[in-house]
Amino acid sequence: MKLTLKVWRQKNKEAKGEFKTYQADHVSTDMSFLEMLDVLNTSLIKKGEDPIHFDHDCREGICGMCSLYINGHPHGPLQTTTCQLHMRTFKDGETITIEPWRAGAFPVIKDLVVDRTAFDRIQQAGGYVSVNTGGVPDANVIPIPKKVADEAFDAAACIGCGACVAACKNASAMLFVSAKVSQFALLPQGHAERKERVEKMVAQMDAEGFGSCTNTKACEAECPKGISVTNIARMNREYLSAMFTNYKVEVGGGGD
Amino acid sequence: MFCKSLTSIFGSHQKFPNNMKWVIDLFTSSLGRKLIMALTGLFLISFLVIHCTINAMIFYNDNGETFSHWGHFMGTNPIIRTLEIGLVAGFLFHIVQGLMLVKSNSAARPVSYSVAAPPPQSTWYSRSMGLLGTLLLLFLIMHTAHFWIPNRANQFAHGEELPLYSKMQDVFSNPLIVVLYVAGCVSLFWHLLHGFASAFQTLGLNHQKYNGLISFVGTAFSIVVPLIFALMPIAIYLKWIN
Repeated sequence: MKLTLKVWRQKNKEAKGEFKTYQADHVSTDMSFLEMLDVLNTSLIKKGEDPIHFDHDCREGICGMCSLYINGHPHGPLQTTTCQLHMRTFKDGETITIEPWRAGAFPVIKDLVVDRTAFDRIQQAGGYVSVNTGGVPDANVIPIPKKVADEAFDAAACIGCGACVAACKNASAMLFVSAKVSQFALLPQGHAERKERVEKMVAQMDAEGFGSCTNTKACEAECPKGISVTNIARMNREYLSAMFTNYKVEVGGGGD
Repeated sequence: MFCKSLTSIFGSHQKFPNNMKWVIDLFTSSLGRKLIMALTGLFLISFLVIHCTINAMIFYNDNGETFSHWGHFMGTNPIIRTLEIGLVAGFLFHIVQGLMLVKSNSAARPVSYSVAAPPPQSTWYSRSMGLLGTLLLLFLIMHTAHFWIPNRANQFAHGEELPLYSKMQDVFSNPLIVVLYVAGCVSLFWHLLHGFASAFQTLGLNHQKYNGLISFVGTAFSIVVPLIFALMPIAIYLKWIN
């Protein structure tokens, strides 16, 4: 199949970007979207041009590295990751517009590559369970109902790709943050630090400059892992309860 | 931005009592600002119930007798008048916070997409609350200029209420005004259709047992209340009520 590609090219963070049009004349319907770009890049390299920079890693739909805003949709028209999107989804002769994720908190590094370290900083702020030293406890000692484990796992399926931010008209990161808050809040191992966790993660999310959620549900519809907005409601509950009830201990723990 | 304006009021976070800093942190956070929108929104919804019920008294078609009786009660009862201060505050908080959220949310995406195809699961009115709210604000300015402001001004100056029923007849004799009021009610319908259920989601009240109920009540409310409101200028203009 033959395709016309309108691709966002931008030299670096400071440079002004623009769309450049490329012709892809020998595209197989069995190619993944990234493979189609690989072939285009090979031809650009052969011509001595700068290849199109884009993020990718596992190409199995589980790492969250690939991105691309294709024809108005993060990860393209299907609810999957770009690496799992195949060219048979498109029509012969179609014009495909490829843009980077657009968000102030995700600045463009080059072409279609954006800096998503804001997500890393949110995770580092509280998206973990502190594990103290000691023997490994038996996994079955802590009773967790199957449905709770399943619900936590559904939240944990978030791969942190940023499609929610890309899809949201407010560039809000609340689906991502709420998934990370939920996966711990639901499980007993996460209970101990739940209040500090949600406070710190929301504070970091705000500091990064993401927008606010207006419940348009575009994130849920575009998320390649189908993360539900019920997680956002849970984060709201967690946050409000933490803000109204959490307290600081100003003195030492009585150890000395 | 809200944070900065608060800081300018209180000098700095440090000068504000430390044990109350969390209140500032809460209401300047993205989630706290959403909470303000949800709570004031639900409060304004409760106001709509009262406003709609009392105004619907004109449909008794008794030359405004029942309507004027309750209108007089609402306009003079000291408890209601005190609550009215809260209502004005509720409107101001909802409007100011809403406009500030629109500003900060659009600032979160400095470069927009050249192609945008929102998914069908996301409704246009949920993405247009700022626009619908602005239309409602314009309507509110016109509406209060017609009734509430002159009435309260007259009460303040002369200690007497204006004859609101005859004022309604007068205002709604103009077909352009009737069209603008109906357009205001249509904006209110779309605004409520998203806002009602959205407020519950923001409060964290999302539960599979009650989501259906919230959605049903929200949709019914969004249809019934603006419809009754829209019928008032129409009924007066077409002289169904005389």
